[in-house]
Amino acid sequence: MKPLNEVIAACPPSGIRRFFDIAAEMDDVISLGVGEPDFVTPWRIREAGIYALEHGYTTYTSNAGLPALRMLICSDLQQRYSAEYEWDTECLITTGVSEGLDLALRVLLNPGDEVIVPEPCYVAYEPCVAFAGGTTVRVPTRWEDRFTVDVDVVAAAITPRTKAILIGSPANPTGAVQPRETLQALARLAEKHDLYLISDEIYDRLTYNGSHTCLGAVPEARERTVVLGGFSKAQAMTGWRVGWICAPQAVAELCVRVHQYTMLCAPHVSQLAAVEALTSAETDVSEMVADYDRRRRVFVKGLREIGLECPEPDGAFYAFPSIRSSGLDSETFAERLLKEQGVAVVPGNVFGPSGEGHVRCSYATALPQLETAVDRMAAFLQSL
Amino acid sequence: MREILELLERDSSLSHDTIATMLGLPVEEVSARIAEWEASGVIRRYKAVVDWESVDDAISREKVVAFIDVSVAPARGVGFDDVALRISRFDEVTSVHLVSGGHDLRCTVVGRDIRAVSDFVSQRLSTIDRVMSTATHFVLKTHKRDGDVFAEPEPDHRLRVTP
Repeated sequence: MKPLNEVIAACPPSGIRRFFDIAAEMDDVISLGVGEPDFVTPWRIREAGIYALEHGYTTYTSNAGLPALRMLICSDLQQRYSAEYEWDTECLITTGVSEGLDLALRVLLNPGDEVIVPEPCYVAYEPCVAFAGGTTVRVPTRWEDRFTVDVDVVAAAITPRTKAILIGSPANPTGAVQPRETLQALARLAEKHDLYLISDEIYDRLTYNGSHTCLGAVPEARERTVVLGGFSKAQAMTGWRVGWICAPQAVAELCVRVHQYTMLCAPHVSQLAAVEALTSAETDVSEMVADYDRRRRVFVKGLREIGLECPEPDGAFYAFPSIRSSGLDSETFAERLLKEQGVAVVPGNVFGPSGEGHVRCSYATALPQLETAVDRMAAFLQSL
Repeated sequence: MREILELLERDSSLSHDTIATMLGLPVEEVSARIAEWEASGVIRRYKAVVDWESVDDAISREKVVAFIDVSVAPARGVGFDDVALRISRFDEVTSVHLVSGGHDLRCTVVGRDIRAVSDFVSQRLSTIDRVMSTATHFVLKTHKRDGDVFAEPEPDHRLRVTP
């Protein structure tokens, strides 16, 4: 047989997969390894989805997505973050940020272009860059800096081939929120070197100390930034697969061009449910955010009390404690914790080399389970 | 401060320590506030939400609930208040509201069986001065009460480890 696509064949499977396989075999596992809300989609949104099905909204929509939804997204961005986007020329609906990321990279990159990616970061960034023909240039962030990006380190990584900087804030896996000044400095850097910025803002609503900065609202960044967002996290709609891209017209147009041939459109029912989410689910969202915040405080305090240093996670729903005091590496720690105490966490190194020495713990888990998990982690640490 | 009450209203078994951590407040402040509210009657008492229909037979108790709509002739100076208070004093009555619509008071009455509730309505409630008429609605099944849905919780459909 002739060889398959060499870029894809060379891409290693996600390091998370192995832990999924072990955890799936076990009973009595408390999983802190889940990257999605433990809330079910608020009922009013599910009900809108049922209504849409009942009334036969089972067709394609326009490629870019329902105008009503795009208008709502743009006016929400305007009101919340003062980001200005034209709904009809600068906004399209995707099947989640996953597709949005793929579209943005394919539209921005030519073969051999480099993308600077601060890590630890979401596991899909590097593979998606490779699938789009680009090369990832990782730059480390340090837990001593609470995983904020050092703009000088980014600047030092720029070469004549650099095309874009890809950043996720609030971040999976670290929970770090990049300060506004950092984003502004990145924007100035991008302007100076004529780089694009891709800003993954899927966790925008989940911030607990101060508010989120939308990169599209930073003046120097506006014309060179692709903002990716969606409904999976704040509205607990992961399985609906609906997200969006807001970008300058030239970029947005080409994103629609790829999207129309590869995806055609995001699911109609999901788009209608998303309309409901933006129209009437604000109370549900703020209640869920308040709940995450409370669990976050209890969980982080618990981790610190059992001797794990944990930088304050300002956003998303992950804590990323250091496990160096255990003397184990991330993989061993996670595997033994799972097998010996039945607590599933994700080793930090799967998110990049700077994640070594950490594990990702999701606190999108009921409070009593979080408390039991901390007890079991304490027992595990004692046993070492 | 409102959040303390909201948390307790949802789960009164939370310790003061946990509440303090959740809200980022000193535990002394949380305890002092709760003590104040307990003393002043803002917090009346703590209770459990029991789903009696799913209690096993050995310890379950027969219980019949009815909503009784009561029409009352109002009186100068007191309106409906004196009658509402008289009705409220019966242990069998678990709630009394003054409502708009075809009747004046909507009460919840709990009894051992249908007979007990009927007797209560005909002997006690209807005979109160200025009670003009009553309409009794027996509860056949409770699906939701005070924000608690009495159905099987939805299982967690999430995979155990996801990116």
